[in-house]
Amino acid sequence: MSKVIITVVGKDTVGIIAKVCTYLAEKHVNILDISQTIVQEYFNMMMIADMDQATGSFDEISTELDKVGEEIGVKIKCQREEIFTKMHRI
Amino acid sequence: MLNMFEVIETNNMIEHEKLDVRTITMGISLLDCCDNDLTALNEKIYKKITTYARDLVATGEAISRDFGVPIVNKRISVTPIALIGGCACKTPDDFVTIAQTLDRAAKEVGVNFIGGYSALVSKGMTPAEENLIRSIPKALASTDRVCSSINVGSTKTGLNMDAVNLMGEIVRKTAEATKENDSLGCAKLVVFCNAPDDNPFMAGAFHGVTEADAIINVGVSGPGVVKVALEKARGENFEVLCETIKKTAFKITRVGQLVAQEASRRLGVPFGIIDLSLAPTPAVGDSVAEILEEIGLERVGAPGTTAALAMLNDQVKKGGVMASSYVGGLSGAFIPVSEDQGMIDAVSMGALTLEKLEAMTCVCSVGLDMIAIPGDTPATTIAGIIADEAAIGMINQKTTAVRVIPVIGKSVGDTVEFGGLLGYAPVMPVNPYSCEKFVTRGGRIPAPIHSFKN
Repeated sequence: MSKVIITVVGKDTVGIIAKVCTYLAEKHVNILDISQTIVQEYFNMMMIADMDQATGSFDEISTELDKVGEEIGVKIKCQREEIFTKMHRI
Repeated sequence: MLNMFEVIETNNMIEHEKLDVRTITMGISLLDCCDNDLTALNEKIYKKITTYARDLVATGEAISRDFGVPIVNKRISVTPIALIGGCACKTPDDFVTIAQTLDRAAKEVGVNFIGGYSALVSKGMTPAEENLIRSIPKALASTDRVCSSINVGSTKTGLNMDAVNLMGEIVRKTAEATKENDSLGCAKLVVFCNAPDDNPFMAGAFHGVTEADAIINVGVSGPGVVKVALEKARGENFEVLCETIKKTAFKITRVGQLVAQEASRRLGVPFGIIDLSLAPTPAVGDSVAEILEEIGLERVGAPGTTAALAMLNDQVKKGGVMASSYVGGLSGAFIPVSEDQGMIDAVSMGALTLEKLEAMTCVCSVGLDMIAIPGDTPATTIAGIIADEAAIGMINQKTTAVRVIPVIGKSVGDTVEFGGLLGYAPVMPVNPYSCEKFVTRGGRIPAPIHSFKN
């Protein structure tokens, strides 16, 4: 399984999750887990997703997510899972 | 499964605390390029480097995008050129052509430095090695990306004082040859004792003869991450302090390990080592001096600095060793003056002197690094500085090095700008008394008694 972590940080507004999820659905990226919180009006979301069936390369999806983020005024980062598991799991 | 805190912590380290992988360095053996004909030798060297490292920069950038972590430098180290050029080079100028070939190859593949314009002369010098050493001023003045290093001693062999004395002259001549650029050539020249074969950091990287045909070594960084972690341990005792450093070093090193494994897999080149060094940059918040100040020193250089640095260095190693399958290189905290804003400030205000820096090099890697000294410092005094550092390395069985820049035309009170990662530095005073009669005696200082372990 090719897992990625998608993080979304920015000022809270209507439809952030909807926009990101719609894009991911179009690209056949399967969302495995979502957690979300608001800290001082700032929206923080983390998704664990599986890109095995994705209809685009990691680079394309990562770049397009950047653009989606710009459209809704949040910062979206897409990273392979290993950087987190390596750092936080022995 | 990962939780949000962990993800946010990692991304904060990258975005706010300047966590990065400082360098992916590909070591390439040039032993199979040896040839009697200088033109053929240069062609073989160019071809091998540009073939092996063709995808190095692109791969580094792809890994950086995949994991969202900056990989600042992509570099190459090669077999010490004195060994490779011995057959074909009869004069120092012959060696300069190889330096120019290395420079061309580095530019072709897009790496910012190539190391290995080196000679290992810890016990004696062959004519080829002496020619290479004598070619250094011209080689560094006529190239942009070539780095040179000379090993003048080791715990096993003692110190080659003829080489030490010669290097005093060569450092001065390199300064003269590059005086239009604030003697920048000296920033690309390191004099070592106990030089490691697998160091990924410049200017001292070379691909030792004990290494495979090609190898990937990775240097991690992250002084900012350690500094921020320690802010949360203010006022706590040493036990808490040390635990915090170890845990942080572990996390930093794991990123390096991941990047090294990925680079190795994608390039089809074996993974060598991770170098656990805390490498600062001139950016605010990316400073080893700031860590020492966070530990409790008003300014780096104050009494207690050596102890604080010894502890820091040891904890970084303890945390890092478990995070990587192979560690090597220099592995320790770097204390380059011009590349660390906290060090620059401490020198400017008179808190940090050359003598204190020398004491600090006894307990951390790597040595007197990126220190600007007056342009009229005699060659024999520079040789004396090299001899002192080399003696520290020899007796303590550790790597030490000297990278001082006698800035031609400048004196104490002036500032020198090197630019980029090399930063800027105030010119530091050097003890004015002479050591000429000592360093010009000729011969070797024998190996210390504790090197006889057989």
